[in-house]
Amino acid sequence: MSSQALPDRTPAPSRARRRAAILRALPFLLPNLLGFLAFTFVPVLACFALSLTDYRLAPIASVADLREQITFVGIDNFVRLLGFTREGPNDPEFWRYLGNTLFLMLGIPLSIAGSLFLALLLNQRLRGITIFRTIYFLPTVSSAVAVCIVWKWIFHQQPNEVGLLNSALMALGLAHPPDWLGTMQWAKPAFIIMVLWLGIGGYNCVLYLAGLQGIPQELYEAADLDGAGSWARLRHITWPLLSPTTFFVTTMSIIAGLQGSFLFTAAFLMTAGGPAGSTTTLMLYIYNYAIAWHQLGYAAAIAAVLFLLVFTFTLINWKYGQRLVHYS
Amino acid sequence: MIKSSQTTRRRLLNLAAYLLLAAVGLTMLVPFAWMISTSLKAPAYAVEFPPRWIPSEPATVTVDGIECKVATVGATFLSRPVGEASPPRPEPVGQAPSLSEDQPVGEASPPRPLRVALLRYSPEGAHVRILEPQSRAGEQLTVPEAHLSLVRETNLHWENYAEAWRAQGVRVREAFFGLARRVDGFLVFYTNSIFVTICITLGTVFTSSLAAFAFARLRFPGRDAIFLGYLATLMVPAIVIMLPVYALLSNLRLTNTYAALILPPMFSAYGTFLLRQFFLTIPTELEDAAVIDGASPFQVYRHIILPLSKPALATLTTFVFLHSWNDFLWPLMVVDRLALKTLPIGLAHFQDSYTTEYHLLMAASVIVMIPVLIVFLLGQRYFVRGIALSGMKG
Repeated sequence: MSSQALPDRTPAPSRARRRAAILRALPFLLPNLLGFLAFTFVPVLACFALSLTDYRLAPIASVADLREQITFVGIDNFVRLLGFTREGPNDPEFWRYLGNTLFLMLGIPLSIAGSLFLALLLNQRLRGITIFRTIYFLPTVSSAVAVCIVWKWIFHQQPNEVGLLNSALMALGLAHPPDWLGTMQWAKPAFIIMVLWLGIGGYNCVLYLAGLQGIPQELYEAADLDGAGSWARLRHITWPLLSPTTFFVTTMSIIAGLQGSFLFTAAFLMTAGGPAGSTTTLMLYIYNYAIAWHQLGYAAAIAAVLFLLVFTFTLINWKYGQRLVHYS
Repeated sequence: MIKSSQTTRRRLLNLAAYLLLAAVGLTMLVPFAWMISTSLKAPAYAVEFPPRWIPSEPATVTVDGIECKVATVGATFLSRPVGEASPPRPEPVGQAPSLSEDQPVGEASPPRPLRVALLRYSPEGAHVRILEPQSRAGEQLTVPEAHLSLVRETNLHWENYAEAWRAQGVRVREAFFGLARRVDGFLVFYTNSIFVTICITLGTVFTSSLAAFAFARLRFPGRDAIFLGYLATLMVPAIVIMLPVYALLSNLRLTNTYAALILPPMFSAYGTFLLRQFFLTIPTELEDAAVIDGASPFQVYRHIILPLSKPALATLTTFVFLHSWNDFLWPLMVVDRLALKTLPIGLAHFQDSYTTEYHLLMAASVIVMIPVLIVFLLGQRYFVRGIALSGMKG
């Protein structure tokens, strides 16, 4: 057994030894592998299979009922989902909610820039800095449901009732602050504010901090000797050496943004996807089809498209994004 | 000379950094502070403009020279005269709605029992409704600020937590595995969350450490192909996996069971991947000696690999614990019976029943958040290291 590299792939010499090797590994492998196959691997394949069917989920008495509920429809779901006719898209809602999902992702670059800025501050060797790091991370570990409930209360705006944020805005002299969660043009910005608060000191910041601490100090000392100012040091040492972190952070944020599990919770609890669908994301759309309307085939098709989006993005990112990364 | 100006500059920069850090830190804490502040307010004062950070409410109110003690009842607050008449105030200038026109304020007039309900405050003053004397009961008037003096006292309503915990509004009896089980508010959600989270965490750490050992240390045909299968699912959106599992469970009538809450989230590829990467970094020399001495693979796993992997195991434990404790979507999909709800979906349900009672909503939110914060503060080191570790692999 070698430690770092994977052991060689030469097959074990005899069939008996192969069997012995399998038997030795099975007790370790099996508990996890069975669960993994049943609850992760097969479901992925099953989702693609379901996306080719019209499946109305309803209580069944026997397997025969199941055969009645599921009809194979080929790519019909995808035609309905992605297709266009002269009158416009077959499913205008899908495009709208895709648009919402992408719009809400506009917070990502802001969030990443904020994380980098915080990490630079946290990287100063100051006393008591870990307390700040802990505080910044609190939103990330807090229950999303509780976070949404308190933010709903902060954004609150009713006749005779003004929430915390709008009270502050009125104190600053804004006579008619927006009805954040109640109007179409302000609901998405409200969500972006919330996501910024949530994410700025979270995973991305910790990753950047780890990246910063990996930059050799000598480089800065050499730059000092050359008389480089702090901007030059940031521009020519820190930023290029952080590019692997930036690449990773951007990739993960966009993948997470497309899935938007926090925004699902927020839309579900704070606005019910409204007003007029302005905060409905693809995740909520899938959830509605699957759970509220019991149309699992179509829900699976949307989920498959979501997967393809994530997959395509990741591929493009690996192929072209890598070029921007500076590896020392 | 140069050196001292440099240290001054350094100090100024440090001060600026501290100020920035503190400003951001305060912004982060505002929602939490507001949550706690609201959770300690009386119902009538939970929604108040301008907002108050320290929960306080009127203790005495002086209307036209008569000082009254205020007692909060429900959404309005009543006032009663206190003992002797308070010293008369100089007559206010301008038109003032008088509460005591039939008995002019003066040293001769004894205090008549006076009860008003204060309805609300606005910039115009206090809106009150007269309850007593009977002759004027029901009459509403606005007392301008100038005629009103109000003393507020800090009053923390800790009983909000007890009320939120009991959650009368979501109390039901449900048949539960053949037994009638009373759902007593948050106690049930807490028990469910603790049980489900512990099962998922232990199950994940145990099974994935075994599998990771097989992938990192044992040689068997098909190993790399199987591991590739694990890797391939890392990128798949969770909802893709959830839909078929949900369909399967609902066809087998297994929704609304603990098994549905616990088993599917237990086997994500993530844990196996994380531990396998860590196990690969452990040098093999130690176990080589043990193997020569005749140790079985299980003994190697139990007595060499596991003790050396404590940091990685702690990282995974913290991750899985926090994730399953806060998980919302999966429990939402597979459970709609109150007796089986975990804290996040229980809190969501609580929000449906107590839409406008912000003091209770905030108290309930605090109740849900506390254990996570404790676990995070205890396991912070491992958590932060775990993130850095997962980042390196990207």
